[in-house]
Amino acid sequence: MRVGESVRRPDGAAKVRGRFEYSSDLHAPDMLWGATVRSPHPYARIKAIDISAARAMPGVHVVLTHKDVTGRNLYGLEIKDQPVLAHDFVRYWGEAVALVAADHPEQARRAAQALKVDYEVLKPITDAEAALAPDAAKLHPNGNITRQVKIRHGDQSARADIVVTGEYEIGMQDQAPLGPESGLAVPEQDGSVELHIATQWLHVDQEQLAAVLGLPPEKVRLTMAGIGGAFGAREDLSMQAHACLLALEAGRPVKMSYSRTESFVGHVHRHPGRLWYEHGADRDGRLVYVKARILLDGGAYASSSTAVIANASCFSCGPYRVPSATIDGIVAYTNNPPCGAMRGFGSVQNCYAHEAQMDKLAAELKMDPVELRMRNALQTGDKLITGQTIDGPVPVAELLKSIAAMPLPASGEGKGGDVDLTKLPGGVSNTTHGEGVKRGVGYAIGFKNIGYSEGFKDYSTAKVRLFTKDGKARVEVHTAAAEVGQGLVTVQAQIAGTELGVNDVVVLDADTNVGSAGSSSASRQTYITGGAVKTASEAVRDRVIAMARAELRAPSGLHIENDNVVTGTGKLVVPLATLLGDEVIEETREFHPRQTFPLDAETGQADAHMQYAFAAHRAVVDVDAELGLLKVVELATAQDVGKAINPQAVEGQIEGGSAQGLGLAVMEEIQLKDGVIRNASFTDYLLPTILDMPPVRMDVLELGDPNSPYGLKGVGEPPTISSGPAIAAAVRAATGRPITRVPIRPHDLTL
Amino acid sequence: MKNELQRDVERVSLTLNVNGERSQVLVPVHKTLLEVLREDMGLTGTKHGCELGECGTCTVLIDGRPELSCLVLPVQVEARAITTVEGLAVGSELHPLQQAFAELGAAQCGYCTPGILLASRALLDVNPKPTRDEIREALAGNLCRCTGYVKILQAVELASTRMSS
Repeated sequence: MRVGESVRRPDGAAKVRGRFEYSSDLHAPDMLWGATVRSPHPYARIKAIDISAARAMPGVHVVLTHKDVTGRNLYGLEIKDQPVLAHDFVRYWGEAVALVAADHPEQARRAAQALKVDYEVLKPITDAEAALAPDAAKLHPNGNITRQVKIRHGDQSARADIVVTGEYEIGMQDQAPLGPESGLAVPEQDGSVELHIATQWLHVDQEQLAAVLGLPPEKVRLTMAGIGGAFGAREDLSMQAHACLLALEAGRPVKMSYSRTESFVGHVHRHPGRLWYEHGADRDGRLVYVKARILLDGGAYASSSTAVIANASCFSCGPYRVPSATIDGIVAYTNNPPCGAMRGFGSVQNCYAHEAQMDKLAAELKMDPVELRMRNALQTGDKLITGQTIDGPVPVAELLKSIAAMPLPASGEGKGGDVDLTKLPGGVSNTTHGEGVKRGVGYAIGFKNIGYSEGFKDYSTAKVRLFTKDGKARVEVHTAAAEVGQGLVTVQAQIAGTELGVNDVVVLDADTNVGSAGSSSASRQTYITGGAVKTASEAVRDRVIAMARAELRAPSGLHIENDNVVTGTGKLVVPLATLLGDEVIEETREFHPRQTFPLDAETGQADAHMQYAFAAHRAVVDVDAELGLLKVVELATAQDVGKAINPQAVEGQIEGGSAQGLGLAVMEEIQLKDGVIRNASFTDYLLPTILDMPPVRMDVLELGDPNSPYGLKGVGEPPTISSGPAIAAAVRAATGRPITRVPIRPHDLTL
Repeated sequence: MKNELQRDVERVSLTLNVNGERSQVLVPVHKTLLEVLREDMGLTGTKHGCELGECGTCTVLIDGRPELSCLVLPVQVEARAITTVEGLAVGSELHPLQQAFAELGAAQCGYCTPGILLASRALLDVNPKPTRDEIREALAGNLCRCTGYVKILQAVELASTRMSS
């Protein structure tokens, strides 16, 4: 179990046996089921709530409204602006208004339906531009601008010979983890509560819950339950506070488990956006300036909007040398569903725009689009538009070269011009014989930050314990880091195994009995929690070596290998188990990456980010322009991961991330009408199936970042950034149509 | 329990044959097979993802054919052979599909895995050496949000190769 090996997941056997316990599988004796009363209006004033009918229903034990929130009825990751239960206004369709706990889930649901809320319905603001109008109703006390980011870099009056402009629109994507939100809250005699929950960040849940419940943090204990996917959807509170409030009031355990429809309103989404761009270049294709206005719809509450708009702005120009930039990023409050974290976090939206612009520029200059990108490729030591000098490997040109050199898939035609009809767009429905089908090839590259930015404190804590069990050395690793499916448990075990030379490594369940690990987001956990496990393991190892030297008067240069303490030349000194005896060596360490700084409010200049990661995609797409159908034939991708701690897991991240990017490009969108979600089900919200996902060619580069543990770079998000824009580019190449909006709809191909 | 009885729901006594074992359950007549498996029989390996027959996570085998347990009422399947993910392994020995999925990293979060394993098992039972397109067709009703399906496809192929050699 060493770093760099494709070690099997320790939870894999339980998962394939159906024994892995997800949050929805939990059960406690005597538990009640919770249900949520949700607003049927996107914007309304609450005039009165009548709980009497609901309270009188059979099996109902508790009904709660905002009056029953025992602490502060506001929470939020960046700005505390969201009520746990709405009190004066509801600001989005599906906002939680009241709670019920009953013996059975159906009783709870029926009681929730029986609860009466008297609303004064108000006209919702459902467009971000409209929210910015001077006469728009103020949805929050400070107005409707959640955050505005200004980047002013270089010569603000720069002019160029070649100018291209464009306007782009991105739909609202859902993370759609397959496990809906669920959890179990268990009240204790002393007034404390134990919450078993699938979350991306135990400690920030704990902090927010303590405030909401009016309890000291030590009286709110959280244990991680199995997570059925996350992708950003589990960064904010969903049912956590609700289940705890119900359990504390009822004095009995309460389980909550969302349906798919409720899940669509129970978590935040990827920000939809509109982006206006102007690129100026010289006649050789060198960028002179980029001007952009990026408007994201943050929906009713802030969630992580303030950080998303910072990313959207910082990475707005793509990984290119841009001497002058004028960027205005705005995220606005509306009465649409709240938006927050989703894999890619602000860098996905802008990548569609900057890559479409680069293609436009290439067309204007009659230049090869890859060649144009190479000519402007960012390199180590360059200054970003935020003024930060980028260090570490910046393999923009290498990644582009790699995808451009990969062989292209064979054409759909078989021998003698035969066409396999099932391979055409539309597949087995056999609606075409290939007459109107055209193939296009498109390229895209993107980048983003790894870890937290703008001075937000980033660290993780690991406790590593070495002892003897059944005559053999064993290591236990304990962190609060969320295993969301990405393989963090494997990585933690590999790192401890590598540093300690021990074969038996167990990663304990994550809980709040150990310090914070930060969130499983921003592609940061292998770096930050991996770093903490490495540091704590090194501390344990140093003690073992010191012990060996003191007790055995052994020479210097000792290390541990394969459960033995050995000399520098690999000669056995003592088996680790013998040396340890009954001794337990335990060390807890925090790992802190280098500091970042907030963006300047007027110029957006700062060393705002800690590490940068890059990925490029080439997409091959067949388009039937007559029928409005398309099929992604192949994705090819290259990504620098610095060092692949677990190559198999890295491949899995790149394949899965590329699939989510494909989803946004061609099918995934939450359809809103007047603030109401029209497709809150998997019948109408389309996710890529195995038939939609093409083969993936892959080139994983390991260029080694000198600043990070083992030289690694965060892996999870970059593949989600550039796959979709490459598909959009391929569709443009096939059809000659502008394709300025994703997901691409049939009428974008035909009308 | 008392309160549920107060609701005067019609309960039926059923004998279900799950993973080769016959069990008697007394359940409200409207409960789905998915709910009965998970809540009344403690077989939580079968997952719920949408409860509307859209995602495939609740797939079980009924007389060897994949069915969505969220759309099946237990009364419909009395006396028929129901196989859930818990019934795939023989004792400590994993089914070759389970082995291949664990080995190749075809389960990330793992939530879709039980349903995909059963749909794959039904395929290999009738078609031991499927082509890639046949695997895709067999798994077209099972959503996975983590893997992009690449390793799932590889794992089914690996299991097929091992089982036929």
